[in-house]
Amino acid sequence: MRHFFAYIFKHYFFFLFLILELLSFSFILQNNFQNAAFLNSTGKFTGTIINSYNNITEYLSLKKANSDLIKDNEMLRNMLAEKSGKKWNFVNNYISDSSFRYIGAKVIKNSINRQKNYMMLNRGLKDGIGVDMGVVSVDGVVGTVIQVSENYSLVMSVLNISNRINARIKKNGHTGTIEWDGKNYRKGILTDIPTHVILYKGDTIVTSGNSSVFPENVMIGTVDEYFSEKGHKFNKAIVDFSVDYNNVYYVYVISNLMKEEQLKLQEGTGDGK
Amino acid sequence: MGNSFIKNILRFIILILVQVTILDNINFGGYVNPYLYVYFILLLPFEVPGWLLLISAFLMGISIDVFENTMGINAAATVLMAFFRPVILKSLSSGKEYEKMDKPSIGGFGFSWFFTYSVILIFIHHLTLFYLEVFRFTHFFATLQRAILSTIFTLILVIIVQYIFEKPSK
Repeated sequence: MRHFFAYIFKHYFFFLFLILELLSFSFILQNNFQNAAFLNSTGKFTGTIINSYNNITEYLSLKKANSDLIKDNEMLRNMLAEKSGKKWNFVNNYISDSSFRYIGAKVIKNSINRQKNYMMLNRGLKDGIGVDMGVVSVDGVVGTVIQVSENYSLVMSVLNISNRINARIKKNGHTGTIEWDGKNYRKGILTDIPTHVILYKGDTIVTSGNSSVFPENVMIGTVDEYFSEKGHKFNKAIVDFSVDYNNVYYVYVISNLMKEEQLKLQEGTGDGK
Repeated sequence: MGNSFIKNILRFIILILVQVTILDNINFGGYVNPYLYVYFILLLPFEVPGWLLLISAFLMGISIDVFENTMGINAAATVLMAFFRPVILKSLSSGKEYEKMDKPSIGGFGFSWFFTYSVILIFIHHLTLFYLEVFRFTHFFATLQRAILSTIFTLILVIIVQYIFEKPSK
């Protein structure tokens, strides 16, 4: 036994190295399987620092943020004008639209250069944000909320190699899946296109509305290149994202008021989760 | 000794802040990201005990992980880099030259020595970091390319910071 301790002590550098690496890897594995980061326990601290830094730097992006807001207002006014005959219901910054409710939020941290990119928003539980809610900007789909703390929420960006979004080809209604291959932050990949569907450059891809995370017809992007490979069941296309993820400052978190009901119904059929 | 200890603590804190507020927001083609925080490990004194080297590398990595929401990958990469540091220092030494100075620097050991020392350790760190981030080998060459480009980028920053903050003392 004494020899054993002497041995450990002599090579303590190596054993300490091993222990620390095992610890790191246990964090990594935990993170990869739960697909959850660390927001809850440390969110308050990091959130405060990131938020105060953001308060300083947001002036640099005011111009872009303003033009986004104006564009958004314009769109809302147009919608209002179209629907002026119907009854519309405004509560604070929430726009009530059938089963979806929009919650405005500011992006306080964003990245585009990793394989798994996340965004942090300055709204959390107390603003009504919950896990698995969709996030959109003026230009289109941005991501999905994966963790919420009291005042902040963490969003898995579309630019995340684990992200999948149910998509639809606008012109013919066929569905597919949008994913990101981790290479170019302006381009995504549309997979699972049935082989008989032919796409052309410029065709519009929107959300399908099948998932209860996003409403229907939220813009994702336009087709850039279409591949039909012989012998494959499904074809692929490269899609130009409509959102410039490097320049996202304000977003809307979408809360689906009918989600529970939809999920309950799905459970009843036995193939839902 | 006390002075050097405080200096290293300050360097630790400043590098974390610079990394998470400024450098994490730099993108070159959405591809390359510098990780200047490893400069802390590069510049630790020669006589730093092994346990302190590893523990401080772990703390550095885990702090960055907390900010970047990447639990563990920066910690794993930084600890590995720290583990290799004594080996690299030993193999790059010719004689007892390290006793003249307290820590690695361009001023003390010349540009080519410092360059070799940094490039090896930064590359070990970045390679580990990028493969752990992807967590699969499917994008093998794309990941390798990102690791190499980011190594170059980090190295340039390290050298610039050396010239600005570590005036040649010879």
